[in-house]
Amino acid sequence: MSLSANDKATVKALWAKISPKAEDIGNEALSRMLYVYPQTKTYFSHWSDLTPGSAPVRKHGKKVVGGIGLAVEKIDDLFNGLLTLSELHAFQLRILSHNILVVLAMLFPDDFTPEAHLAMDKFFARVALALSDKYR
Amino acid sequence: MVEWTDFERTTIQDIFSKMNYDVVGQQALARCLIVYPWTQRYFGNFGNLYNAAAIMGNPMVAAHGKVVLHGLDKAVKNMDNIKAAYAELSVLHSEKLHVDPDNFRLLGDCLTIVVAAQLGAGFTPEVQAAFQKFLAVVVSSLRRQYH
Repeated sequence: MSLSANDKATVKALWAKISPKAEDIGNEALSRMLYVYPQTKTYFSHWSDLTPGSAPVRKHGKKVVGGIGLAVEKIDDLFNGLLTLSELHAFQLRILSHNILVVLAMLFPDDFTPEAHLAMDKFFARVALALSDKYR
Repeated sequence: MVEWTDFERTTIQDIFSKMNYDVVGQQALARCLIVYPWTQRYFGNFGNLYNAAAIMGNPMVAAHGKVVLHGLDKAVKNMDNIKAAYAELSVLHSEKLHVDPDNFRLLGDCLTIVVAAQLGAGFTPEVQAAFQKFLAVVVSSLRRQYH
């Protein structure tokens, strides 16, 4: 599966619309991931507070969304563009991706059409693949 | 036996009592067919499923989405024994419909997203957790009779 020109255009257009709320999206998605899938908390045992909306969660949520923004920028060359990110992310990305889609549906119900949903789902799959590419 | 908290029970009853079955059923099934196109294999007689617009406008998809969503009512009414309540449906999906049970989770994910869009801010992490736990039990019960 690779991203068609239409997929890329759809992702970029949706991202442009939603990026003003980027921090909220990152916080909500990460909070939900930790709350709804408690097994993901094992990766953050070094944080003082893992409850939804806590300071460490909000801070990392911001970083996560920054990473996604980078991926959108590098959408034409994800495999080389994401070298700086840890391989750990690749295997857990599926769960986080689902929660990002849930948050987008909540915050942007009119923009998150089935076509946009499809393009974002494919995009996240591609990002996960790019992240794991160098590591096995 | 699945343990349900009072909050989880109330949340599930609440979501389904306010559910617009026509809209949510159609949207969830349509999304599943669009986002995971291999699921279209089970609906060969549904006519035009060639693109997202066709799927969204397809009356058979709308009708069947409603049927599937009402199928969840059995679980809502029998939360303390969903396993038993779904034994027949599980056999149906396995023996007659030949549905790969991995696809149940995908439809569940699409349903979660549609309900999230409907409830907006009301779809808090706690509500999401309750809803997804409910769907996970349903999916597990539907898988049970496969052999």
